[in-house]
Amino acid sequence: MRREIPLILTGIVGITFFIQFFVPHSPMRELSETFSDWYSIISAFAIWLGALNLMKISFEKVYKKDKDWFFAITTIVTFFLILIVGLFFSGGRQYLEQGSGFDWLYRNIYSPLSATMFALLAFFVASASYRAFRARNAQATVLLLAAFIVMAGRTPFGDWITIYLPEGWRLSNLSNIIMNYFNVAGQRAIMIGISLGVVSTSLRIILGIERSHLGGE
Amino acid sequence: MNKFWERLLAIDRRIIFVVIFLALSVPIFLQIGLPIPVTSEVQILYDALEDLSRGSRILVSCDFDPGSEPELQPMTEAAFKYFIENDLKFVIIGLWPQGPIQANRAIEDINESEDDFIVENGDTLYFGEDIVVVSGDTARYGIDFINLGFQVGQELVIQRMGTSFEATFPTDKRFGLSQKEFPIMDGIYRLADFDFVFNLSAGYPGTTEWVQFAVDRFHVPVGAGNTAVQAPLAYPYLDTGQLSGILGGMKGGAEFERLVGHKARATLFMTSQTMAHIFVMLFIVVGNLAFFATMRKSDKQGLKR
Repeated sequence: MRREIPLILTGIVGITFFIQFFVPHSPMRELSETFSDWYSIISAFAIWLGALNLMKISFEKVYKKDKDWFFAITTIVTFFLILIVGLFFSGGRQYLEQGSGFDWLYRNIYSPLSATMFALLAFFVASASYRAFRARNAQATVLLLAAFIVMAGRTPFGDWITIYLPEGWRLSNLSNIIMNYFNVAGQRAIMIGISLGVVSTSLRIILGIERSHLGGE
Repeated sequence: MNKFWERLLAIDRRIIFVVIFLALSVPIFLQIGLPIPVTSEVQILYDALEDLSRGSRILVSCDFDPGSEPELQPMTEAAFKYFIENDLKFVIIGLWPQGPIQANRAIEDINESEDDFIVENGDTLYFGEDIVVVSGDTARYGIDFINLGFQVGQELVIQRMGTSFEATFPTDKRFGLSQKEFPIMDGIYRLADFDFVFNLSAGYPGTTEWVQFAVDRFHVPVGAGNTAVQAPLAYPYLDTGQLSGILGGMKGGAEFERLVGHKARATLFMTSQTMAHIFVMLFIVVGNLAFFATMRKSDKQGLKR
């Protein structure tokens, strides 16, 4: 029954949403609304489950002195610091308001650290472009040229170096052509492919053919 | 000469890091203004907003975190300034937990008010952060804007809003009061009651989900501000008319700032981005030259053997 009940639930909910899309009337509408609310509630519990799981893994790592166990201490300390400050030292519901303890942590620790992690990309992209972006063959050369045009065309620099060319040949215009035609064609092909994959996988899950998400074989 | 290329190829990556650091940081202090032409996708979004009548209600979904702040926060600020100046009312929500916090920060940053209260007809109405003043125009919490916070559930949140907005966001974030107690929410029962949706997105759930559910299912016009990495994924929706304009990355933000007449951080940061792009292109050229020069040498040595 541990496998059958989730399969039956998945089937009922999936078919309900499917029918509701084409028949948005009673009782399918009410059913899909109820299922949507269930989803929100389960998702909220999933956040807690994820947090507790993170703590369990981190505590185990520290207890067993696994590789990089010191970082697990950082995770535990910051988790409880933000939780305690947010719950007890930030004015209750006003915890998001300017000047609260939670807001201070968000502005001065979380925000700069998060932005720093993202900003590191710029440095690694620059280093990788120097070491790995080579015109080794025809395909790589086309990719390199496209990247060049888009990079230059997406900044005022592109127009500046091609200002003497007719407007249609300026880098900003060429960049727009790449983005609006070549990129869109490629993206559409990928999107259609993904969508077909999602439809077939969803049908397999709803009909109970695909069971890997339940664990086991 | 060959040794020169070999040495160049084996350059310490920390030198590249320093060059990029200088390329990004120096222009911020020099404050050079660059001409920023407006692209069609940004113009479409601006025109869609211009077409809204005064008092129209816009749902702003902030689906990003501080990692994407340099690109999306300037767009958020420029959009809020525009809404306030043009008497457009806006309801803030987030499908990402950090989104509504970022929106709060944007409101604090654009606020020019130094007064603690506002008096209308002899009555003191709103206090402190409840008033936002931009270029002499005032927006009041609960009347002209509201923050309903984050709701868990990804795209299903959008779907649920389609049938009942109150069921999805029952209370406001600041006071915990029922959303029905705020005048801005009068007549808003479902997603389709909004005149426009403006989505600021850094990934999933984001613009794709808003197009799939809000546009295709409930026929609400959606405009988007995306990170530069994510923007190409949204371009196919422009052609089909599913997306009412898109601001792509810092450049999109700078173009939007130009259109709304508030040149701010995105315009300033465009110089840094331009410099970084120039240096990355230079790195690619030099890297390739060095690569082919050393490759030719090794080919010749191979032939001699």
